[in-house]
Amino acid sequence: MPNRIVVDPITRIEGHLRIEAEVKDGRIVDAYSAGTMVRGLEIILKGRDPRDAWAFTERTCGVCTTVHALASVRTVENALGIVVPPNAELVRNLMFCAQYLQDHVVHFYHLHALDWVDVVNALKADPVKASGIAQSISNWPKSSPKYFADVQKRINTFVASGQLGIFNNGYWGHAAYALPAEVNLIAVAHYLEALEWQKEIVKVHTIFGGKNPHPNYLVGGAPCAVNIDEANALNAERLAYVGRLFDEAATFVEQVYLPDLLAVAGFYKDWGAIGGGLTNFLAYGDLPVAGYNAPESFKFPRGIVLNGDLSKVHEVDGKDADQIQEFIAHSWYEYEGGDAVGKHPWAGETKLKYSGPKPPYDHLDVDQKYSWLKTPRWKGQPMEVGPLARMIVAYAAGNKEVQELVNGTLKSLDVPVTVLFSALGRTAARGLETKLVAGWAKEFFGTLVGNIKNGDTRMVNNERWDPATWPAQAKGVGMTEAPRGALAHWIVIDNTKIANYQLVVPSTWNASPRDAQGQRSAYEAALIGVPVADPEQPLELLRTIHSFDPCLACAVHLYDERGSYVHRIESF
Amino acid sequence: MLEHPLTMWQQMESLGYTRRDFLRFASWLAAAAGIEASGIGQVVHAMETKPRIPVLWLHFQECTCCSESFIRSSHPIVADVLLDKISLDYTETLMAAAGHQAEKSLHDTMKKYKGEYLLLVEGAIPTNDDGVYCCIGGRSAQDILTEVAEGAKAIVCWGSCASNGCIQAASPNPTGATPVHTLISGKPIINVPGCPPIAEVMAGTIVHLLAFDRIPQLDGLGRPKAFFSRRVHDTCYRRPNYDAGLFVESFDDENAKRGYCLYKMGCRGPVTYNACGVMRWNNGVSYPIQSGHGCIGCSEEKFWDYGPFYQHLASFPGFGIETTADKVGVALGIATAAGIATHAISTNIRKRKQIQQEIAGSDTIADDTKGGA
Repeated sequence: MPNRIVVDPITRIEGHLRIEAEVKDGRIVDAYSAGTMVRGLEIILKGRDPRDAWAFTERTCGVCTTVHALASVRTVENALGIVVPPNAELVRNLMFCAQYLQDHVVHFYHLHALDWVDVVNALKADPVKASGIAQSISNWPKSSPKYFADVQKRINTFVASGQLGIFNNGYWGHAAYALPAEVNLIAVAHYLEALEWQKEIVKVHTIFGGKNPHPNYLVGGAPCAVNIDEANALNAERLAYVGRLFDEAATFVEQVYLPDLLAVAGFYKDWGAIGGGLTNFLAYGDLPVAGYNAPESFKFPRGIVLNGDLSKVHEVDGKDADQIQEFIAHSWYEYEGGDAVGKHPWAGETKLKYSGPKPPYDHLDVDQKYSWLKTPRWKGQPMEVGPLARMIVAYAAGNKEVQELVNGTLKSLDVPVTVLFSALGRTAARGLETKLVAGWAKEFFGTLVGNIKNGDTRMVNNERWDPATWPAQAKGVGMTEAPRGALAHWIVIDNTKIANYQLVVPSTWNASPRDAQGQRSAYEAALIGVPVADPEQPLELLRTIHSFDPCLACAVHLYDERGSYVHRIESF
Repeated sequence: MLEHPLTMWQQMESLGYTRRDFLRFASWLAAAAGIEASGIGQVVHAMETKPRIPVLWLHFQECTCCSESFIRSSHPIVADVLLDKISLDYTETLMAAAGHQAEKSLHDTMKKYKGEYLLLVEGAIPTNDDGVYCCIGGRSAQDILTEVAEGAKAIVCWGSCASNGCIQAASPNPTGATPVHTLISGKPIINVPGCPPIAEVMAGTIVHLLAFDRIPQLDGLGRPKAFFSRRVHDTCYRRPNYDAGLFVESFDDENAKRGYCLYKMGCRGPVTYNACGVMRWNNGVSYPIQSGHGCIGCSEEKFWDYGPFYQHLASFPGFGIETTADKVGVALGIATAAGIATHAISTNIRKRKQIQQEIAGSDTIADDTKGGA
């Protein structure tokens, strides 16, 4: 008899997410993923000035801030036929890279690490041994026995205070934690260091976009003018600042994040066979080298891999009405034409129609509609998006840089290529691409400085700024890769105003409810077979869900087969 | 009484910070909270004697940019203090526990520290259709807010969502998104608007409560005067260009490259009360105008509906721009300080006329103030 586990809220994510899972004989046999919050941004966008859309859509997410703004300006530029100057493309690339560096590090240490790292166990560590381990895997200077002893003392004081704050009621001591105390201590030390570091790299956004979170974007280019002889513009000082931030980021990634990731992964190799799921991967690709309209030049390639078959990469076309469609069979919306049809985003509708239980409720009726997320499909098939999808597509596309890095890492961990299709593979892919991004950022920075040196200071293409220059009707699609995966916006412009605007975001691909055919999306598929040693402490479920880096808030409660709550644990 | 009365100084000392670190931190906090030098002693004393306050951070209709901004707090030890010196017992973004264990943390603190804990709210609350548009643990946002607010000592509303509704409340507000102050009464409520607020404004507000055990002085909209008493326009380093009639005419033009005023590009600085021009963002690195884009007015109520962002503010025939801008501010429900009016009068009248003529020549739309969508 399966137990129904409900986790709501799922914490250490962005947004409101709820997972209901059925557990039998210590493993998950079925799962349902529900987004429980909606704001109606697509409804609010109707009738607005398309040039303003970036600001509205940027507020979709403050964790992966900036990516929706990027998708939005590209969407409007695509509709209006605007090509941005090379410098603007480079500034956008640099902001993209800064976002990845900050977001992936924060995900690893502050959102995901506590699934692998037992904070309280770090109190048992020998600081001298911890120092030895740290120095054997990295040149990072903060690694003396005294340093780790100080960190340990600090945690001790914190725990002794009795006020555990954000660490209260964690699953400390759970059997699924496998790290030695010394590695736990290193990870906790770097949790604190990463928290202090992450606020630095975002200054790239502040310099180019005026603030972070939510820097400013501009249809046609980038708002920051270049003038090397002016204090009020991008000049040598501002550029030197950016250069230094990326240098420091590369050091942090190479000397802290990656060594920690590999050290942790080494103790969880069994998770290379858990939490895989779909094995269909979609990446729109990004980081143009020869302009956004030349996707073949992207550092992250565009394409689709089906059924884990690395021998073929399929093409994806956002404008083809038969490729990307959204369904609402299990979503609280209604379509003209009924629940069975799928709609390409240009023809998309957002009409809220709640039909779930009236709150307060104990559980959702998962046979009916059970989520505020629509269900996107590519030619009818579910897709996983995110770092793993990007690395898989690049690998399959024959990208030498990615292949070398992935193969080298697999070799150093002594694991086969199949471990990529797993929760651990997802977490590892995120770290590996961060290393690539840190290197690419330096290339883009060098190119930008070179352009300016050669006298090209253009940042904006103003030819189509004035709505009087626009066609009466226009349609566009803009694609990017958010840290969490493939992201695209679609716009329909009518008489200079937004007639329709649709977003298909990474967590919609990953976290959506099943479709009318009963096909599971990525979260639900990945949870099948995941062990749950103790239904009262579903650490393994969180580990799997967090490996996707969810971008909506979720929550978990435990129910028995009759839908009543299972006993809760007391705090440790 | 709190059960663990370790003071902030005792905590810091036990963590290895020196007395000098502590005093430097206290001075910084005092500065961030807008306290004059003569008040630093008070801050130091307060931190030596105050225990850690339990804090509950609720998340509703939000994008989590406020949480993200909060962790950007810039002083070297601020992030540590905010994690370690307050006791942040519930925040969905960072807490280790999930599901029931998370709810247990919330309820334990509500029970144990009834009347003592500080409630921080991020996000708006949807009130249409029984609140089905935001549910956590099967309960509506409004239900949760009402319950947790009951035992709170005070409530801080982070960002424009909780303070004035922000984007989900923009027309047509499909979910009935509502700010905290319209739903909760009988509690001190501090509004810290912005999308998001500046990290140091968030830290400074908390510090003010911690150090003085009292609500900072608030304006008519419940905002701390320390951070929201001045218009971005009045504290903008590009202001002299405005007064001299030197404007960017299109993005990336020669005037943009010289850093002229962005008024004609739609800058909302003249009607926006915030500390961006003074404190700037991310430890003083820049702010929107310095980086070439106008202010979009993100700390003001209904800023999403206040006309397209790139359409410049209204200018009425017969009035100087200064006067007009102030009137627009009043129309938005913003208390206008006497000092601003004085400044307006002292502004060079001849130059204002020049500007006015220049603007009259452009495609000014007289009914801008009615807003868009």
